[in-house]
Amino acid sequence: MTDSPTPAIRLTGLRKSFGAVAAVTGVDLEIGDGEFFSMLGPSGSGKTTVLRMIAGFELPTAGTVHLGGRDVTRLAPFERDVNTVFQDYALFPHMTVRENVEYGLKVRGVGRSARRARAAEALASVRLDGFGDRRPSAMSGGQRQRVALARALVNRPRVLLLDEPLGALDLKLREQMQVELKAIQREVGITFVFVTHDQDEALTMSDRVAVFESGRIAQVGTPAEVYERPASSFVAGFVGTSNVFTGEVARGLLGRDGTFSIRPEKIDLSPDSGVPGAVGLPGAVGLPGVVAEVVYAGPVTRYVIDLDAGSRAVVVAQNRHHGAPLAARGDHVRLSWHDEHVVEIPTSSKETADA
Amino acid sequence: MTLSAPARWALRATMALGLVFIYVPLLLVLVNSFNGDRTFAWPPHDWTTQWWAAAWANEGARQALLTSVEAGLGATAIALVLGTMVAFAVQRFRFFGRDTVSLLVILPIALPGIVTGIALDSAWRSVMGDLGIGKGLFSVVVGHATFCVVTVYNNVLARLRRTGTNLEEASADLGAGPWQTFRYVTFPMIRSALLAGGLLAFALSFDEIIVTTFTAGPGITTLPIWIFNNLFRPNQAPIVNVVAAVLIVLSVLPVWLAQRIAGPEAGASRT
Repeated sequence: MTDSPTPAIRLTGLRKSFGAVAAVTGVDLEIGDGEFFSMLGPSGSGKTTVLRMIAGFELPTAGTVHLGGRDVTRLAPFERDVNTVFQDYALFPHMTVRENVEYGLKVRGVGRSARRARAAEALASVRLDGFGDRRPSAMSGGQRQRVALARALVNRPRVLLLDEPLGALDLKLREQMQVELKAIQREVGITFVFVTHDQDEALTMSDRVAVFESGRIAQVGTPAEVYERPASSFVAGFVGTSNVFTGEVARGLLGRDGTFSIRPEKIDLSPDSGVPGAVGLPGAVGLPGVVAEVVYAGPVTRYVIDLDAGSRAVVVAQNRHHGAPLAARGDHVRLSWHDEHVVEIPTSSKETADA
Repeated sequence: MTLSAPARWALRATMALGLVFIYVPLLLVLVNSFNGDRTFAWPPHDWTTQWWAAAWANEGARQALLTSVEAGLGATAIALVLGTMVAFAVQRFRFFGRDTVSLLVILPIALPGIVTGIALDSAWRSVMGDLGIGKGLFSVVVGHATFCVVTVYNNVLARLRRTGTNLEEASADLGAGPWQTFRYVTFPMIRSALLAGGLLAFALSFDEIIVTTFTAGPGITTLPIWIFNNLFRPNQAPIVNVVAAVLIVLSVLPVWLAQRIAGPEAGASRT
């Protein structure tokens, strides 16, 4: 998958158990040089444990970790060319911001003046010039986040690991930092491995995403691939919301056997005129149902529909026209979609996604 | 919480009474050390520093003060090293019998001094003596260290619990080896806890009398023992008073400092 002959990171058969609990149950992955790679998954899916094994804080139960072609599986964190931005930032409270940023250079024996210059440069790159003499405790959450980033980047590591670094920020700041992180990554050109449980974050920032499910990777791909062509019903449900139809319902709705997923924004909603198949998009199938819930969410409105064929479907419609919603609770409606938007999901989840 | 006015006054009075009972006698000792009257007539008619001069000139008292300081420093040094090591072991590693070790380390401070004293006395008679290590200053230092370890252990353990291992992981991640991490991150993190624990340990050792009685070798007299020995000699009374005053100051000062160190630090050490 990666164009570079030696990937920045290669994980082979990686496993980790804590006592009887298996946190990671077999991960194979290659991450290319300069890639912005996200590990997405619910809490407890093993993504952070994989990150900690790459950083060297956890010793794998089995498998190997290669960084730039070198086997580092059994090396200590300080022997690896990676740096981490921690979830709680882990800034040293007894040091100033500048001392924090200089720390990695200092312990590696870089001279004082070179240290000063590079720290100033790193702080400038995260727009914190002039904050060097402050203590971390005198800074806001967003500023601390940027200090943590500068402290890691100043060492010019081969790989930067980010463990849910935006989790503690409020929504506005988080969106702003997403844009900044992406810009910084493009500028410095090093590999970013970004752990998050926020699918928006993963989709908007990444070159590729790995979706984690209970200790293994359910799918790897570009954000569009993962979103448009989910490899399992878990991926379909976790990355965005999705209508997943299976078994009887699928046969009734689509006339086919298997498991199918349709994104809520790909479904059209129209009042039921009583004529089957006469409404909706040309060349589309139409299904009758009753509106169970209408949720206004600003830019869009979400409709929950009880289908006559059984099962429920969620439809999202843009609020392009202000005023009345398309339908009210209890209304009879028809759902229609293009057949090409119906994604068949491989039912046996045994085969993990391409790597 | 709101209290009625009478209840408030009653509580204030109770507190005042309690503090008066604790501190007025101590204050009396300090005042009397400057009392010009040999029989401590009250209220004092004239003031003098002659008892302080006499105490300073008293070879026995000076020797005792020196012995106490030596014993206190020795016990504190042992407590700092062992207490810190045990705290790290208990907080950072899981091993068989961890809780038991924790209990065994804390226990000596709860044990009656007389029990510790007897036990150490017999240990010295039956084991250490045969090894050629007789009772002396060293045995006093070891005796004091048994309970001084607890103050350091508790302080360091609490600090380690509060700070976690995140900062040390960050340090290792940034390329620092184990010694660099200890020097630049771990030690600054626990420094004030060590200071507070050490000062408390010194204060504990400095006024200890029971364990000292059982472990002191011939010719080893600490300040509290010296006071005890001279308490019932009427013509020594003013000097004893001065020595007691010194003991009060030297015991209170470390505790006060330890509180000052641990106090503001407690709120601000985590970001």
